Amino acid sequence: MAHGGGGELTRQLVRDRIVPKLANPLLVPLTDGAVVDFAGRRVCMTTDAYVVQPLVFPGGDIGRLAVCGTVNDLAVMGAVPNALSLALVIEEGLPMSTLDLVIDSIAAAAGEANVVIATGDTKVVERRGEDGLTITTAGIGRMRDDVRLAVNRIAPGDVVLITGTIAEHGLAVMSARESLAFETSLRSDVAALNGLIAAMLDSGADVKFLRDPTRGGLAGVLADLVDDTALSLEVIESAIPIKPIALHAAEMLGLDPLTVANEGKCVVVVAAGDADRVLQACRRHPLGASAAAIGRFVRADPPLVELITRAGGRRIVQRPYGEELPRIC
Amino acid sequence: MCLAVPGRIVEIKGLDEAAIGRVALVDFNGSRLQVSLALTSEADVGDWVLVHAGYAITVLDEAAALETWEYLNQIEDVGGLLPANGQAESEQ
Amino acid sequence: MDRQKIRNIVEQLQQATRDRPPIRLMEVCGTHTVSLFRSGIKSLLPAAVRLISGPGCPVCVTSQGYIDAACELSTRPGVSICTYGDMVRVPGRSESLADHRGAGAQVKVVYSARDALQFAREHADRQVVFLAVGFETTTPSTAATILAADRAGVENFFVLPAHKLVVPAMTALLSSGEVPIDGFLCPGHVSVVLGCGAYRPIAEKYHKPCVVAGFEPMQMLEGIARLVRQVAEGQALVENVYPIAVSEDGNPKAREIMDRVFEPGAATWRAMGTIPESGSILRAPYRRFDAAERLDVTIGPDYEPAGCQCGQVIQGKADPADCPLFAKACTPTRPVGPCMVSSEGSCAAHYKYARHT
Ligand code: SF4
Repeated sequence: MAHGGGGELTRQLVRDRIVPKLANPLLVPLTDGAVVDFAGRRVCMTTDAYVVQPLVFPGGDIGRLAVCGTVNDLAVMGAVPNALSLALVIEEGLPMSTLDLVIDSIAAAAGEANVVIATGDTKVVERRGEDGLTITTAGIGRMRDDVRLAVNRIAPGDVVLITGTIAEHGLAVMSARESLAFETSLRSDVAALNGLIAAMLDSGADVKFLRDPTRGGLAGVLADLVDDTALSLEVIESAIPIKPIALHAAEMLGLDPLTVANEGKCVVVVAAGDADRVLQACRRHPLGASAAAIGRFVRADPPLVELITRAGGRRIVQRPYGEELPRIC
Repeated sequence: MCLAVPGRIVEIKGLDEAAIGRVALVDFNGSRLQVSLALTSEADVGDWVLVHAGYAITVLDEAAALETWEYLNQIEDVGGLLPANGQAESEQ
Repeated sequence: MDRQKIRNIVEQLQQATRDRPPIRLMEVCGTHTVSLFRSGIKSLLPAAVRLISGPGCPVCVTSQGYIDAACELSTRPGVSICTYGDMVRVPGRSESLADHRGAGAQVKVVYSARDALQFAREHADRQVVFLAVGFETTTPSTAATILAADRAGVENFFVLPAHKLVVPAMTALLSSGEVPIDGFLCPGHVSVVLGCGAYRPIAEKYHKPCVVAGFEPMQMLEGIARLVRQVAEGQALVENVYPIAVSEDGNPKAREIMDRVFEPGAATWRAMGTIPESGSILRAPYRRFDAAERLDVTIGPDYEPAGCQCGQVIQGKADPADCPLFAKACTPTRPVGPCMVSSEGSCAAHYKYARHT
């Protein structure tokens, strides 16, 4: 069972075993949320289940992750997040102090993101494993009328941006795992992106696509973009922002940072002429200070993500295909 | 065949439980792992070592170790394919 | 990194190989295979420089019988398997360790043999078996861990040994004469332990140039350039472009610890069969740590998964793309053979980093 890493295997599982039985026009695009028409008002709806081991990690915890993740799913759809639901499945034996910490963190994150926890549910179940706590959140938000996010609007020449440094969340969580523990000053980047995304959309640029590169990392989103546009992407390795500490931690563990999860970054596609405007807007926001253009779309057959490496060579970037375990050899 | 990374010894934790070798805290540019010095008994605080599978397999010359990091650290040289970053470099 | 330097070397290589028949160089080490792709160096080489992947991916050279034995062990009640990550997904006769873990077996991924020993100490009620694979870079770490277990009197720690020696494998390839090889790009980190003197017999007896290189793009390129120069000039020397880590004599302390615990013995390699003196077997005083002996594990004969050509690939006799299953029935999500599973397996590296349609 390697379906857990958010890579190719998860995609196959969803595509082959789940979607066919539930298919409908709202579900099938398999985007981060669905846009539902409520008597002429377009509302975006999304849901996500959160499991993370350990529950508390450098820079965040499962509560903050749940709020920010759902807020971000709404924001990248072009919605203004409004309200969240919160379902907690608590396993017996979860320390009360952990629960308190998580709930405090949920409250704080909701405050930061300017959303309310509008409804909730709590179940206490028998101890099942080491996880102790699962959180499911749903979120709704009003769709902005002034944005038109659609992959089919992406054209050759369009530029791909990333709003900041990559790979910090996945590495920070890994550093706290009992089995591979290492000391690091790396922190998860988990953050609500609705403010940053609003700043980009308000800049007047014609933003065509937004996605937060969570599980599967930047590589996963880039691979999706190529699949969905049938265009190729040329990405410049040296342009991808990454902190040296993250680069070195990935190297130490034998991981490709492109495949490591982020929880506070956004991949953006804009027409080349608008790239500067979006970058300026980003860099003025505290969460977007290290934003950079990393690549552009080109027509090529077959469609691929091609990385122009630091050494000046070329290689293909693919979606990671499952849990990328630290390797020794 | 074998991944190994250079790091710098920042602390000697003492002998391992079975007294086969010393255990050290090794810094990999900001992240730190406990590493056994059983195979490199001469290594000491401040030394650069090459670490494989939790063991230091050799002591490196400092200047050389820094050079090894250099490749990784050069992440600012943004390619000129992307005018949006405001830097130009001929890259073909 | 100096991109201009890289361009210069590439240009030199182009000139040196113009109008020449292809030069066939084997990169023995799987980490070189991956790094050559990942850094894009492979894409810069002139067509006349042909790189062939060699038998240097520890997971790929491990015999199928061993994988099956590890899977069988994992299903026994009270047994925990500790292993490096890459072994987990290699398909055994019917299933992989990952499948067994899904069905309830305890399979724990560790970063170091020391972590496996630590796990054994913390779980006295379980028999903890460490899958000891790898070459001379890794063998000393297994040896030191066994010494520690011995001295601390840990009774529930075992290893299933499948450590291999690099030079005998290179020699076996050369003496079979089936694969034309003009020179060897020798593994950087194995050489840290062995020293570059270990390749002298190959240079002298078989008249093949050997160059030890590290894993940064410049290093690998420099290594390749030196090999090409030697081939062009008809030389067969041992050169070392990784002197910051590799000396003539390597790490004698590491070898001493390795030799204290292990002795050379016959080893079964995937598809290459049993090669005398090509593996590390436990010396008598440490046999009580041998899971095969103590837990009565039978390591069956090697065989190739149906249709898989890994055996040919690791000997440089076939390119991944020559395998009819490559990128069709066999992909990283559904690997048929270990060369597609291991992150440094040749098939996985080709699939992940090279253009294929
Ligand atoms: S492509 Fe798959 S089946 Fe073919 S040799 Fe490689 S691992 Fe074996």
